[in-house]
Amino acid sequence: MNAPRSYEGALGGIPPAAAPPRQNGELVFEAPWQGRVFGMALALAERGAYRWDVFRDRLIAEIQGGASAADDALPAAEVYYRHWLAALEGLLVEGQLLDPADIDRFRRTLADPDHG
Amino acid sequence: MSDHHDHGHHPAPPTDVEARARAIEALMIEKGLLSTDAIDALIAAYEKDIGPLNGARVIARAWKDPAYRRRLLEDATKAIGELGIGGMQGEHMVVVENTPQVHNVVVCTLCSCYPWPVLGLPPSWYKSPPYRSRMVSEPRAVLTEFGIDLEPSVEVRVWDSSAEIRYMVLPARPEGSDGLAEEDLAKLVTRDAMIGVGRALSPGGPEAP
Repeated sequence: MNAPRSYEGALGGIPPAAAPPRQNGELVFEAPWQGRVFGMALALAERGAYRWDVFRDRLIAEIQGGASAADDALPAAEVYYRHWLAALEGLLVEGQLLDPADIDRFRRTLADPDHG
Repeated sequence: MSDHHDHGHHPAPPTDVEARARAIEALMIEKGLLSTDAIDALIAAYEKDIGPLNGARVIARAWKDPAYRRRLLEDATKAIGELGIGGMQGEHMVVVENTPQVHNVVVCTLCSCYPWPVLGLPPSWYKSPPYRSRMVSEPRAVLTEFGIDLEPSVEVRVWDSSAEIRYMVLPARPEGSDGLAEEDLAKLVTRDAMIGVGRALSPGGPEAP
């Protein structure tokens, strides 16, 4: 009951240009992974893995710097949460909480169904 | 990205972003930094818990504090902000007060504009075309279906929310709630009461002094 206030505050701190896509006020997740990365970023901030404002600034930078022509063909939520994921991944790697080699290893296992 | 081919013989492998997201989640859990439950709880909090609770806090404060009530009716966006509730993304909040003479109810005839930071996710009926049209054409009948029978003398005011203005109803404070603390008052405030299709709950227990 006390926690949601800080979550609300967290999202409220994101400027409109970098705010999560909404429809009728609801957060829009077009695929499950989008909800997962959303929840992960907030949960890790809550656990103290990084400060929320550090994540927020990183996200804004990703959005400002990461636009590409290919994005136009993708749904808004897909583009937005790709930036969100890039911000999260970048912070975790820089904070040495995550080893890029581990991600690659895990990714290959998932991408190749015959492999495990 | 790549052309879409219909594979059919086995499920498509996850896309690259999907695989990265899953890898990060698995690795964070492996390191003990996250749990699946913690992530689930956070997503659920955003999807369900935040809104109505925030609105209820606003209403309870208004019932308890006449000066706050005045500020809320004058400039709701600002008064709601006083309680640390934000994220309105530019839309303007207006709070309308139910009185013995006037019953207010909120609808969005064009789509389903809804003040999510205070009320959470809109109920499915709020988005339904029948609610949206009938609440304007025959509000009393719809209110009766929601269990609200109004005396003929009571004026019904229907407020049409838009992208710019979001309405919320300040319901009448229930009888017998005089001695309650603000947090207990908040428990009496339902989402439906703040839309105007319900009333605040009555304090049930004998614990009220």
